[in-house]
Amino acid sequence: MLQDICTVFWRDWVVLKRRLPKFILSRMVAPMLYLVAFGWGLGRNIQVGSGSYLDFLVPGIMALNSMNISYNSLTPLCTERIYHRSIGEYIIAPMHFNAFIIGKILAAVLRGLISSAIIMILALAFGANLNITPLFVGILILNCIIFAEVGFFAAMKMDSYEELSQVNTYVLLPMSFLCGTFFSTRTLPEVFRWFIDVLPLTHTSYLLRGISTQSPVALESVAVLAVYAIIGFILGNKAFRDQLK
Amino acid sequence: MIKIQGLIKEFQVKNKDKKTVTKRAVDNLSLHVKPGEIFGILGPNGAGKTTTIRMLTMETKPTLGEIYYNGESIKKNPLEIKKLIGVVPQHINFDNDLTVGENMELHGRLHHMSSEKRKQRIQEMLDFVELGDTINRMPRSLSGGMKRRLLIARSLIHEPKILFMDEPTVALDPQVRRRIWDLIRALAAKGTTVIITTHYIEEAEALCNRVAIVNKGKLIAIDTPEAFCKSLGRITVEWDDAEGHQYQFFESRQEAAAFAGTLEHGAHIRRTNLEDAFIELTGRKEGV
Repeated sequence: MLQDICTVFWRDWVVLKRRLPKFILSRMVAPMLYLVAFGWGLGRNIQVGSGSYLDFLVPGIMALNSMNISYNSLTPLCTERIYHRSIGEYIIAPMHFNAFIIGKILAAVLRGLISSAIIMILALAFGANLNITPLFVGILILNCIIFAEVGFFAAMKMDSYEELSQVNTYVLLPMSFLCGTFFSTRTLPEVFRWFIDVLPLTHTSYLLRGISTQSPVALESVAVLAVYAIIGFILGNKAFRDQLK
Repeated sequence: MIKIQGLIKEFQVKNKDKKTVTKRAVDNLSLHVKPGEIFGILGPNGAGKTTTIRMLTMETKPTLGEIYYNGESIKKNPLEIKKLIGVVPQHINFDNDLTVGENMELHGRLHHMSSEKRKQRIQEMLDFVELGDTINRMPRSLSGGMKRRLLIARSLIHEPKILFMDEPTVALDPQVRRRIWDLIRALAAKGTTVIITTHYIEEAEALCNRVAIVNKGKLIAIDTPEAFCKSLGRITVEWDDAEGHQYQFFESRQEAAAFAGTLEHGAHIRRTNLEDAFIELTGRKEGV
């Protein structure tokens, strides 16, 4: 199984390695805009707690960016499934289906972590104060896993890029802005806030921010993320097996 | 080597009234493929050939029925059985983000081959299909015929005992088609069992030791191409009259010539071929 996971990961690594300079440059654009617009621009006049708005903002940007990158890393599987049908090569190979899913998720996690590292470097250059610990990285990985699983599930279930972009529009984009990334969810109306607090990105944002500001870690949020990751894997596995119907 | 018993595959499809209905793509198919033979599955488009191959290669699950490889059900140990088989799909399904060499490498890795063995077999197989100099090219830059040959090369890296080829020469020009036939014959000569689907009758006739004729998901008949022709009569007389194109089969050329002499219009006398058998068996209106 480990050998098969490595094979699936190897394929994505070969593709990423070939495009690494382009990948890094393109991943710098959105965080740069966020940091300039919300960090330097709007952020100068906002004070959050005892720290600067930039310190508040960076963990949120890392959370939303790792979400977007891991999700979008696996959506090309949709075209590999429908148009190129290259997924057939894995289905007929003597490998366990879980190895395919895990290998793909790990490749998406790698992309998510590379883009997070880019944000971290940019944020430090912008003068942000960050406390990066192993737990911080662990939460980031968990967040990447969850949204890579969402991407995998969508790629197995959706039949076109148009449908996949709807997930971006109706799920990821609202989450990017509302899940405690740019502002605290405490300012939201209670009913709305209850809904937002259930979403995984909210837990990631608060956990990353808490660790970064050296506040106590909410263990229940870690548990919520772990549950999302397990459910995501089960659904991804089922969606992949459905390809055999 | 391969035994299929009562294989059925049903799909849910929408009909013209947009109601979901069950469509049976393969209907109670039973057959047996012997080791080392080139076995053809011949039928018109939509006959269920590809669905049968997809079930045999475990790309899709049968609705009902059993498939056995060397007496063992595929349900029992699918991963071990997958090691025995190679597949040349109808659809060109290369990973377009990888080079030719990387596509081959991926296949070798998926079949747990050692790095040394992979390297050796990739070059061997590319040379076998005369594509040795394309290793660093992207698959999309190859011609249709080259892609088809590359599919064959990829399927053979892990030295499968059984090779499934789903319409391997579809949409290819006659030169490339014959080159692929030569490759298939070379494989069979080395002892590989080849199961080939085609809707080209001359392909089945030229290549296959035995042929299963399928239509609308059902097995119509199974025999050698020679036996199919013999069962009709070795010689065919074809002619046109007011009722359309007609033909009749005879045991000898003398009988055929005598019959042709009785016809008012001119007639053409030739050897009976698999196409005649196919049309007789599937009904004259079906055609291929």
